[in-house]
Amino acid sequence: MSNTLQETQDISEIVNRGLKKRYRSEFMFRFYGVVSILFAVVFLLVFFSSIISKGYSAFTQGELNMKIYLNEEVIDPDRLRDEEEIRYANFDKLVLDSLKTYFPEVSSRKERKELKSLVSSGTSLRLQSMVLNDYSLIGQEIDIWVRLDSDIDMYLKGNIDVSLDESQRRISDNQVRWVQELQEQNLISQNFNSTLFTAGDSREPELAGVLGALVGSFFMLIITFIVAFPLGVAAAIYLEEFAPKNRFIDFVEVNINNLAAVPSIIYGLLGLAVFINFFGMPRSAPLVGGLVLALMTFPVIIIASRAALQSVPPSITDAALGVGASKIQTVFDHVFPLALPGMLTGSIIGMARALGESAPLLMIGMVAFVVDVPTSPLDSSAALPVQVYLWADAPERGFVERTSAAILVLLFFLLLMNSTAIWLRNKFETKW
Amino acid sequence: MKKSISIFAAAILMLLLPLTASAAARDTIKIVGSSTVYPFATVVAERFGKSTKFNTPVIESTGSGGGLKLFCKGIGVEHPDITNASRRIKQKEIDNCAKAGVTDIIEIKIGYDGIVIANSKKADVLALTKRQIFLALAPEIPHPNGAKQLIKNPNVTWRDVDSSLPNIKIEVLGPPPTSGTRDAFAELAMEGGCKTFKWLKDIKKENKKRYKAICRSVREDGPYIEAGENDNLIVQKLNANPKALGVFGYSFLVENSDSIQGSFVDGVLPTFENIAQGDYKVSRPLYFYVKKAHIGTIPGMKEFLREFTADKTIGQDGYLTDKGLIPMPSGEYSQFRSAARKLSTLSGLN
Repeated sequence: MSNTLQETQDISEIVNRGLKKRYRSEFMFRFYGVVSILFAVVFLLVFFSSIISKGYSAFTQGELNMKIYLNEEVIDPDRLRDEEEIRYANFDKLVLDSLKTYFPEVSSRKERKELKSLVSSGTSLRLQSMVLNDYSLIGQEIDIWVRLDSDIDMYLKGNIDVSLDESQRRISDNQVRWVQELQEQNLISQNFNSTLFTAGDSREPELAGVLGALVGSFFMLIITFIVAFPLGVAAAIYLEEFAPKNRFIDFVEVNINNLAAVPSIIYGLLGLAVFINFFGMPRSAPLVGGLVLALMTFPVIIIASRAALQSVPPSITDAALGVGASKIQTVFDHVFPLALPGMLTGSIIGMARALGESAPLLMIGMVAFVVDVPTSPLDSSAALPVQVYLWADAPERGFVERTSAAILVLLFFLLLMNSTAIWLRNKFETKW
Repeated sequence: MKKSISIFAAAILMLLLPLTASAAARDTIKIVGSSTVYPFATVVAERFGKSTKFNTPVIESTGSGGGLKLFCKGIGVEHPDITNASRRIKQKEIDNCAKAGVTDIIEIKIGYDGIVIANSKKADVLALTKRQIFLALAPEIPHPNGAKQLIKNPNVTWRDVDSSLPNIKIEVLGPPPTSGTRDAFAELAMEGGCKTFKWLKDIKKENKKRYKAICRSVREDGPYIEAGENDNLIVQKLNANPKALGVFGYSFLVENSDSIQGSFVDGVLPTFENIAQGDYKVSRPLYFYVKKAHIGTIPGMKEFLREFTADKTIGQDGYLTDKGLIPMPSGEYSQFRSAARKLSTLSGLN
């Protein structure tokens, strides 16, 4: 009796001696865990705050309230109301005339040029299309908000240092004075920049938008899904449920895992060689982009779908086979429907990766300046990540904030896709 | 099951569709080529698309060499109509074009681009000569004692290069070898400095290859930092590091004139007037090349040519000058304008 007590005491002594060390190692492990998570969070915060702080200002755009007299003598002096004639009319003059009503003292050629470049060079084209849509506007005075030139907008947003000498900045002393006078008359305000979401690319920052790139990315993802999902799921079902266990199938499986790790630029080269050079598909088209991204997403979908199929418990299969269902009935009527939510979740995450991919698109000509918003997968188009790349390379100052804004749009869609995947998983997840 | 079969069928249809579609006509002009001409060509394309009834041309930035390669692949809607170049077409490229049936090429010069060597406004303006640039950035330089012998470049600071220069480390951020800007920098600035050594110049007659290797190479031991094709990045790095110099196109200096300044090269500052008058020597011509066979097949080609060569575009006060293009002297301009009107083709390099 005393002997066993003695033994117990010995053991507890040994335990007690080691206890402190064990507690400490546990504490240290938790501490390292918290530190690494904090590290990740800090990086994310820095990343997001830098993008948001640079990009938020792109969602507004300085605009000037203008009264423009659509002078018939300038637009259509012969009163022909002919489209071709009106296309060649000097709408720039109307804009300048309107601006001159605020600053009648402007006379020299240099000053006129400076005055005209207060507002966006797209203004005259906007007037042109307004008149072409509605001839009755000719001869009337219209009251519209027109976008300011990007340089003036940058000044209003505080990105141009006016304390420097005039020769060293993009806007002149005259322009600064005029803008201040217009501000005092409450004619300038920062309005929501709807152009960013309704226009294609442009070389004038104030006229540039992401719609073209968005539509291009949308077409590509649709094609990626249509091609990669059925093929990936079919391959996964075959490999998981029907394939014989032999060396050849092992070899195929290893290579599918390898394919998932192949750098994406290689898929771009493959797309260039096969789709464009061999099949003669058009360059810069979302169709080719979608096919390339489908190749890239395909192995990811196979892996995700196989994992989903494996998670269906064997009891389901056994029960189905037990009541006399054939193998194919078992798979398609019981296993496949139960695995489908998991497959979809995996595919959406794979597609989100495809959405953010730019490297393979470089090779197939999607890094292109495309103004017109594409209307079919065969039209030339850019894609969201490519638009970010193109804008980051543009010399104009106004594209700095727009680059960050485009990144925000891209991140928004990535988040949307990933949260859809999580939502799908939570909604359809079956607890066995 | 039936559903997945129909999805399969749709997928196969999607694969076959373009085979028939790509043979059909194209109604948008396709342009490839130089990344230096890209910012100018895109502005013209956008104006053209918005002010006429034609589609806006699609422009892809592939680099001058890559563009000419695509351009010379053949005649037909699947090949580009126009290629931009920040250098003149080479005889080899004309031959390649001819082999693929691309014989009638219209050459249009649009103007000039200066290559500037700039630093942050926080530092002093540097006054360099081409010879100093060569001595600072070549991998091998002539022995300082005047012997006709090459030694590994020992210069670490600008003061090592020339006692008149400041005592700061040589750090030059510039484009990688794939860039046309780099080619032009090597040819105009580096070779220009190299030529000032008479014995090096003499090598050209004996061994052209060796001459090029000596005069156009850039050192790889640190002072020249390849900063990628993105010139904006170079500008940002210059702001962060006032001791560094950067090499890029004049249009980036125009857009960032509040934070960076160009250095004197051989006593001349890279200003609009100096480049236009030809006083600033580190500048190069910009071109685009048009397939004559496509005029008439692709709608809007003639009109686009007209827009690009109009006085309001590349003339003395044209809108491209606001974007940093240096216009041609008026004599040269009218020559290329009439070439564009008459669609006269290139007949050998002269």
